[in-house]
Amino acid sequence: MDTGRRDALKTGGSVSLLALLAAAGWLKPGEAMAQGAWNKAAFEAKSMPDAYKAMGGSPAQSKDIAFVSTPDIAENGAVVPIGVTSSVPKTEQIAILVEKNPNMLAATFDIPAGTEPTVTTRVKMGQSSNVYALVKADGKYYVAQKEVKVTLGGCGG
Amino acid sequence: MADPMRIRAAVDAGGVTEVKVLMSHEMETGQRRDAAGALVPAWFIQNVTATHNGKTVLSAQWGPAVAKNPFLSFRFKGAQKGEKVQVTWVDNKGDKRTDEATIA
Repeated sequence: MDTGRRDALKTGGSVSLLALLAAAGWLKPGEAMAQGAWNKAAFEAKSMPDAYKAMGGSPAQSKDIAFVSTPDIAENGAVVPIGVTSSVPKTEQIAILVEKNPNMLAATFDIPAGTEPTVTTRVKMGQSSNVYALVKADGKYYVAQKEVKVTLGGCGG
Repeated sequence: MADPMRIRAAVDAGGVTEVKVLMSHEMETGQRRDAAGALVPAWFIQNVTATHNGKTVLSAQWGPAVAKNPFLSFRFKGAQKGEKVQVTWVDNKGDKRTDEATIA
């Protein structure tokens, strides 16, 4: 147990470089399609700025991103439906982040041409938190958020 | 081998196909401890790819924060009734599963 933690601390220093490399590789559409491509740095980021950096940029607030079928109050944090619809032109990617989870990034979706920029899934939330929808469109990043209150946490029971 | 996915796909009058997928997976976060206090290792789906006629219509990367037995829905254009949609997932242990559904 403790050795694992030590290792994590030791490798901590190189994380930012890895994040940049991963982000650079991840932004090429060809590689994103490859099986097994997984943006480790972004999924392991423990703060919103780190997550944004690992994903390739800081987003601008946008009113063109809407949450659909997302509750204001979720009774069970283990299953919180989150739907995101982007009306930003040329949406290439949609990501869902939960601010107060141990790792913010929950999921990313690559949207090829011909697929509508709308996805719905279900995530776990440890506690009440802002949920962020990050959209990459035409090489730029946009974000919108919504507060979801959780009555029963989804982590650890 | 994991249990099969349940996939429903239907094309509407506007030519948009809505796909709904329900996967069967533990989605263990790696944060939980068992009764003895030992960490339960993370076990979750990392990559999901949906294809239609060999063309990728959605690809996703997931973290452990996606809920157990994940649900996913999305919409794409260009499919006809009777054609197939395939969905594949790969988890962090390298296990994978592919299922397909006929568009209604």
